[in-house]
Amino acid sequence: MSSAGPSRRDNKPISLQRTFSWQRLREEVIRCLLFGCALLSVATTLAIIFVLVTESLVGIPPQTAFFQDVSWREFFFGTTWTPQFAEAQQHFGIAPLVCGTLLITGISGLIGLPAGLMIAVYLSEYATPRARSICKPLLELLAGVPTVVYGYFGLRFLTPYVLIPFFKQMGFSIYGFNALCGGIVVGIMIIPMVASLSEDVLRAVPSSLRESGYALGATKFDVSARIVVPSALSGVLASFLLALSRSIGETMAVAICAGNSPNLTLNPFASIQTMTAFIVNVMQGEVVAGSTLEKSLYAVALVLFLMTLSMNLVSQIILNRYREVYQ
Amino acid sequence: MALVKAFTQFVDPPTGTTTDVAGGGASVRSPKIETSQMGFFYGTHQALRDISLKINECAVTALIGPSGCGKSTYLRSLNRMNDIIEGTRVTGSVKVDGEDIYAKDVDVVSLRKRVGMVFQKSTPFPKSIFDNVSFGPRIAGLTNRAQLTEIVEKSLQQAALWNEVKDRMRESAMALSGGQQQRLCIARALATSPEILLMDEPASALDPASTARIEDLIFELKQNYTIVIVTHNMQQAARISEITAFFCQGRLVEVGQTKQLFTNPTQKETEDYITGRFG
Amino acid sequence: MSLHGPDYERRLVWRHFLGLMFEWACRLTTFLSLGILAVLLFSIGRQAIGWLDWGFLVRSNSYEPREAGIMAGLMGSLWLILLTAIMSVPLGVGAAVYLEEYAKPTRMTKFIQLNISNLAGVPSIVYGILGFTVFVRMFGLRDRPEEFILDLWFTEIRFFLPLGRIVLSGACTLTLLSLPVVIISAQEALRSVPASLRHASLALGATKWQTVRHQVLPAALPGILTGVILSLSRAIGETAPLAVLGAAAQLSFAPGRIESVGDAIQNPSKMLQAPFDQFTAIPLQIYGWINDPKPVFEHVAAAGIVVLLVVLMLLNGAAIFIRQRFQKKIRW
Repeated sequence: MSSAGPSRRDNKPISLQRTFSWQRLREEVIRCLLFGCALLSVATTLAIIFVLVTESLVGIPPQTAFFQDVSWREFFFGTTWTPQFAEAQQHFGIAPLVCGTLLITGISGLIGLPAGLMIAVYLSEYATPRARSICKPLLELLAGVPTVVYGYFGLRFLTPYVLIPFFKQMGFSIYGFNALCGGIVVGIMIIPMVASLSEDVLRAVPSSLRESGYALGATKFDVSARIVVPSALSGVLASFLLALSRSIGETMAVAICAGNSPNLTLNPFASIQTMTAFIVNVMQGEVVAGSTLEKSLYAVALVLFLMTLSMNLVSQIILNRYREVYQ
Repeated sequence: MALVKAFTQFVDPPTGTTTDVAGGGASVRSPKIETSQMGFFYGTHQALRDISLKINECAVTALIGPSGCGKSTYLRSLNRMNDIIEGTRVTGSVKVDGEDIYAKDVDVVSLRKRVGMVFQKSTPFPKSIFDNVSFGPRIAGLTNRAQLTEIVEKSLQQAALWNEVKDRMRESAMALSGGQQQRLCIARALATSPEILLMDEPASALDPASTARIEDLIFELKQNYTIVIVTHNMQQAARISEITAFFCQGRLVEVGQTKQLFTNPTQKETEDYITGRFG
Repeated sequence: MSLHGPDYERRLVWRHFLGLMFEWACRLTTFLSLGILAVLLFSIGRQAIGWLDWGFLVRSNSYEPREAGIMAGLMGSLWLILLTAIMSVPLGVGAAVYLEEYAKPTRMTKFIQLNISNLAGVPSIVYGILGFTVFVRMFGLRDRPEEFILDLWFTEIRFFLPLGRIVLSGACTLTLLSLPVVIISAQEALRSVPASLRHASLALGATKWQTVRHQVLPAALPGILTGVILSLSRAIGETAPLAVLGAAAQLSFAPGRIESVGDAIQNPSKMLQAPFDQFTAIPLQIYGWINDPKPVFEHVAAAGIVVLLVVLMLLNGAAIFIRQRFQKKIRW
């Protein structure tokens, strides 16, 4: 029997013309819904900007915004921050908060960045596959510990049992709430982040570069420190930026360990207040809607948002460029 | 262990094709590189078996053979580059200047400084041209600026790249063309003043003009260096080498004077390969 | 100085020594960091001993340290997890599907992608401010909250506009907070599905959505679930955004007054009221106890932390279980 093809002679063949069909409509609707989901992220960003700007820069009448009540000059150049005082003694100089934030970020960077990079080098260059498979989940665990837990650890363990005995012996006066503890704790928190981001970047360096190094008579140290890390430098810096931006935005650990006194100081043993700690501290109590105190929250949040956003943007751009180089 | 191995060698003389081929009437000289009964394993897979080959000083030896025949593996085992890969193992012996390079007390770093290597793909470091070439001497501990400059210039001249790059030493090496990058890699390898230069298909990714320049360069370099080159371009092997070794399926099938091997091979497999009936 | 001879060899010894030191420095840093984790867990565990018992789990809070309990926060956190998951999973996976399967690499797509990566880096406290303004106060919509009653045929739901400090506000805030991470991890999972699967389905005449719905999503599901659970567990540990919303640190009742399985069975309609009720959460309670002037509350806080870590561990365990279970099944 000769195998005849499906007899289509009497049936009309399926038209290839685009016509209306319910299926096509459904496809389009689904496409639009999915696009809507993706747009939600843009909407979130816009909402953040809208909220921060209307409360701090340009108010929607009849409301006035923060900078319509308080002068730019006082905010950026004033050195006293007392928004919770009675109106006569209110001062809105953000310098102490920024200074506190930078102090915490600086200390955390000194601890977290080198440690994170060294872990990344260990994991990508030295560790056996077995050691890697043990260390990586443990680092993820370290990254998964909630920040309030780190805060507790800093306040109830690090300060009383490590820092105070150590620095008291060296003759420093150190308080129960101090910037050093906050910085150290935040530094510990960013270690896993730096490690995992930098490790990705280091592993993206083509192994042919490593081989070329070895073929020139390089030791493993020469290859790691003089070829791999420099070749990945832009990516490593991007991961540093991301981590520092995280330090700036970190709230709970700092609010718990470093205290809530907006001092304009770089003394790591003193109690300070960061921008984030200020926001949480104020929101813990009742805030009168429409008060300058409430608006000051948005102004501080705007500064915080702009600082972290610019750092994140720069590091994203660096990372994207870096990926293009090696892929 | 070593003793046992030596003993078995004594009672059971090598069965491999230990072929001593004199390059250009230099038969009295001891070989620069000598492998005897060498085997190589990736885990349990044996990639090379029973390779016995002597490579003469200041000559070009070409390794040819079909893909996956083990010629690159052999080349990489001459400066222990395979050490980097987990689970590899070498049996038999590989000697450079009569010294077993797989002996316990051998410093791989020093070995690789003496036995340089150039790879198939050019791999400039993302640094300046100067930093690329001076990398080897610098990690070896040379810090004197004048000395470094001198070495860089000499190496680049040897690699026939000096005239093209002498005014742009501070520019990134990534900006060079493919052929220039490969010559830069050769210059970089020469800067550590090696005695042996291993080349793993150094011209296979280049256009004909750049290939010709690399071949000229190899011709120049053999005055002072022992060169072992892997190639799957038989014309290239015929053009530049004195000795050619033919590998097939992890074995050394035949080795001889290049002219003789290409015109009058003794083994059937070699003949099939060079006449194009195989691989 | 030369490249050969004793000079070189002397330096070689030094180079090897330096290399060894460096390797050990890197290794020690790694172990030290992991050691901190151990110290952290140990010091907290020791503080919690004697304070963590069944009663602690089922009591609501009290000013008397020995009578304090975490029931309200535990139930609040469970409600937050549930509602956040219900909202963030479809939205996040939808966005990921759009970006991976539908979007062409236009400027718009690039912008959305960059925007998502940046949102992932926005401090959580800024989300708190956003949630406070948008959900809790609704831009100061009304001076005084107005009560609404939604009449369903079997029950009614009471809520206020603006929403105020209720579970739903908290869940919406946490949804916005966790969405970027959910999207990014879902994208990674989708990317790991081989293109051949899509091509095969399309070649059979399936439409794009049919291909996504029946081939790509099922194949990527384990990866998506793992990512979603991990990002949810991050959100659950967050204190700052909830604190900024003004959620109470200590409450004496659970959302909807559902304090046990029995409550939920006896009066299921309470389940619908719960999202519109006030709440506290485990991390908030911990923060409250840490700030409590009575020093003995540090033990209560430690006990609370142990409960929080156990909840997170269970979530992570679920993620690992899913990953292990399905990774073996599917081999490309």
